[in-house]
Formats: sequence, C-alpha cells, structure tokens
Amino acid sequence: MHIYGENWVVVMFMVAAAFGMGMLLLTLNQIMAPTKPTKVKSEPYESGMPGVSPAKARFTPRFYVIAMLFVVFDIEAVFIFPWAVNFDSLGLFGYVSMVIFMILLLDGYIYAWKKGALEWV
Amino acid sequence: MDQPIWITFIVAFVIMNVLLISMAYATWFERKVLAAFQDRRGPTRTGWHGLGQPLADAVKLLGKEDLIPAGADKIVFRFAPVIVFVTAILSAAVIPFGGTIELFGREINLYITDLNVGALFILAVGSAGVYGIILGAWSSANRYSLLGGLRSAAQVVSYEIVLGLSLVGIFILTGSLSLKSIMERQAETISLGPIDLPNWFILSQPLAFILFIVAAVAETNRVPFDLPEAETELVAGFHTEYSGFRFSLYFLGEYINMIVVSLFASTLFLGGPNGPGSDTYWGLGLVWLFLKALIFMFFYVWLRATIPRFRFDQLMGVAWKVLLPLTLANILVTGFIRLIANGEVF
Repeated sequence: MHIYGENWVVVMFMVAAAFGMGMLLLTLNQIMAPTKPTKVKSEPYESGMPGVSPAKARFTPRFYVIAMLFVVFDIEAVFIFPWAVNFDSLGLFGYVSMVIFMILLLDGYIYAWKKGALEWV
Repeated sequence: MDQPIWITFIVAFVIMNVLLISMAYATWFERKVLAAFQDRRGPTRTGWHGLGQPLADAVKLLGKEDLIPAGADKIVFRFAPVIVFVTAILSAAVIPFGGTIELFGREINLYITDLNVGALFILAVGSAGVYGIILGAWSSANRYSLLGGLRSAAQVVSYEIVLGLSLVGIFILTGSLSLKSIMERQAETISLGPIDLPNWFILSQPLAFILFIVAAVAETNRVPFDLPEAETELVAGFHTEYSGFRFSLYFLGEYINMIVVSLFASTLFLGGPNGPGSDTYWGLGLVWLFLKALIFMFFYVWLRATIPRFRFDQLMGVAWKVLLPLTLANILVTGFIRLIANGEVF
C-alpha cells in the first residue's frame, strides 16, 4: 500500500500536468492565431442586433430554491456514504437509524413538494 | 503493489495523453456513428475513412482568433475553460485500468492512484467542473451565456444527488469507496444453481445502473439533457462568446468527461477490466475495459441521434420527482436485502 500522503501528491501532479497542458495549448493558440480585435468583433453576441440593456441580467429565484434543496440532500449524502461503507458492522441498529433519518428528510421533501418548490413555472 | 513514485508520474502522464487522443477520436466516432444513423457518410476526405479529421480540427482551432468580448470580466473569462479542462482530466486519476501489468521487466500499476475515497473523488471533481461553466457564462456578459450557465448549475446540482446516491447500493455491497476494491470485488463469480455468473453490479443493482446512466448523461450536459447549450434557444449557451482554443477547452472537457463517465460506469457496473481471460493474457483486461467503455460512448451517440431535448421544467421534474424517490428506495431495499443475507433479521 502507498502511504496516505503519496496518493495525494500524485493527484496534485495530475492537476499541475493538466493545467500545464491547457496552458500550452492556449499559448500555441496565441502564437498561431491572428489578433485583430475590432469594435464590432468584441461586442457581445445578440443575434446581430446591438444590445439594448446591460447583459449581466437578473435571474429567477427558482434557481435559488433548487440550490437550497440541493444543500439538504447533499448533507444527507454526506451521512449516507460512511453509513454505506460500514453497513455490515453497523448491522440492524444502523439500518433502523438510517430509516428514521430518511423519514425525517422525506418529511421535508414532501413539504417542499406540496409547497410547489418543485414546480418550475 | 508498491512502486517508485516516478513510475506513477509516468503512468499519469501517459494516461493523460491517451485520454486526449481518445477524446479526439471520440469526436470522430460520434460523427461517424451519427452519420450512419442519418444515412450519411460523415467525414471521409481527411485520410482513410476521415481518420485525420480530429487532427485537422485541432489545427484549425489553434489557428482561430481568441476573441474576448468588450464587457467581459477578462481574468475570469480567460481562466474558466481551464477549470473545465483540468477537472475533466483529474477525474481520470482514480480509474483503475487493471491491476498490475509486467512491462520492461517491472511490475507496473495500471492506475494512477488508489484513493480510499475514489468514487467520492470522481463525484466531487466532476461537479467542480460546473464552476468552469458558470464562471465562463457569467464573465461573458452575454444573456444567452448567463442563462446557459444558470441552467447548467441547476441541472448539475439536481442530478448530482441522484448520481451520488445511486451508487450507495454498491458501497453497501462492497463496503468500500475505493474503485480498485469495487473492481476486484466484481472479479468473483456467483453461482445460481448450474450457471456461474460474474459478480458484476449491473446484475445485483439493475435499478441503480439505470439511475446512474440517466444522471450521468445529465451531468455531462449531453442530449437529451443538453439544456445549458441548447442551440435552438440559447445560441450556444455558456460558450456563446468563446472562440479559438478557449472554446476547444470546453469541448475537450465535455468529451473527456464523457469518456471518464464511460470508464467509471464500466468499472462500477460492468466489472471494469474483468472478462474472460483477463487474468491469464497480457493486456486483455485493457481491451475489455475499452470495449465496455465503447458501449457507453455508443449509447451517448445513440441518445443524441434518437431523443429530442427535454423542456427545462421536465428536466428538473424528472430529477426531483422521479429519480430521487427511486434512488432512496433502492438504498433502503438494498440495505434490507443485505441485512437478510447477513442473517441480522429473520
């Protein structure tokens, strides 16, 4: 077996190598490609029309509700993963605990559903 | 099996380059298969059966001007595609391409690293890639881009839950998150009376397999879940303003993600490099893994050729109202059966 830290050294090496590769390709692009920016070229794309209002627009709060729901279920996943790995040693007690935990979560899930948080209109 | 770290570095570098080359040929494969679906011939001019096409495309994209829109946040705009590219390659770090193989008189591990949280690592890195998409979308200062990026974020976080939780059944059965242990576990055989079956998790976790595939297609932003770049409504979605090789990095990232997801799915559900004769013959495991991953790649193209795009409310509805309850049910049922098998109840 590897010592614990060595695995992550390799992961960091991958990050560096992939980053280097990306940068190399971009540099090649800079060398090979022409650079002649004009005013028209650097306008944001708007189907050929001049833009009418600032492009950094506001967006619907629907996305925010989904983010909230995600946080709830992602935390559930954080608890479920270690439970699944140690399933055999936790046994019946662990299983019943997880069922109770899931019922509590489903409670909130059903509430959100009935409240219409999952309807995307 | 222990080996000096410099060998691991070489293996990592080789795997990275193999990924890049297979990504190039994944585009060729997609165009050819798609052409066959539509009764066309696909690329034919550049080399034998158009095999030089990916190279020609790469050279063409390298020679294209790299435009940065006037209103863009320059630093973020420049960096965002690199995030997508790096995370896509990074997730390949924990894929086991086999056990050990003998090469130049040395035992060489066919995996870059065997993290004890391998599966979790892929899920985490895979969803970190969405930062690249949403940052690029936001920094472009273009309405189409922003909408595409937001959709992508909402979609990825919704399907992320299904993707992660659909694998819990496998973790219960193996008791490990390490992909190497999961792979080795599937080398065993189970006997059902006279027939011997490989212990592949597609057999014991069929529902999880379907859920995983659906969520994986959504995570990689492919048809029918390609809402972030829906060209009929959002021009090109999050990469509308990108050109030259910055655009290519997004493109590379998407295809490498597809390949990694195919490898990941083969490792989790189809036994990875295990197959007839993979223990006895040199390198045969790699061929099996390649063929299994090819099935998934074909499936991706098949979907693209067959199914129209979802509407956004349908997309979110499927994730939250159909897939999520099914995943939770799968966890509870798998756990219950495991308890019975362990003799804890009845």
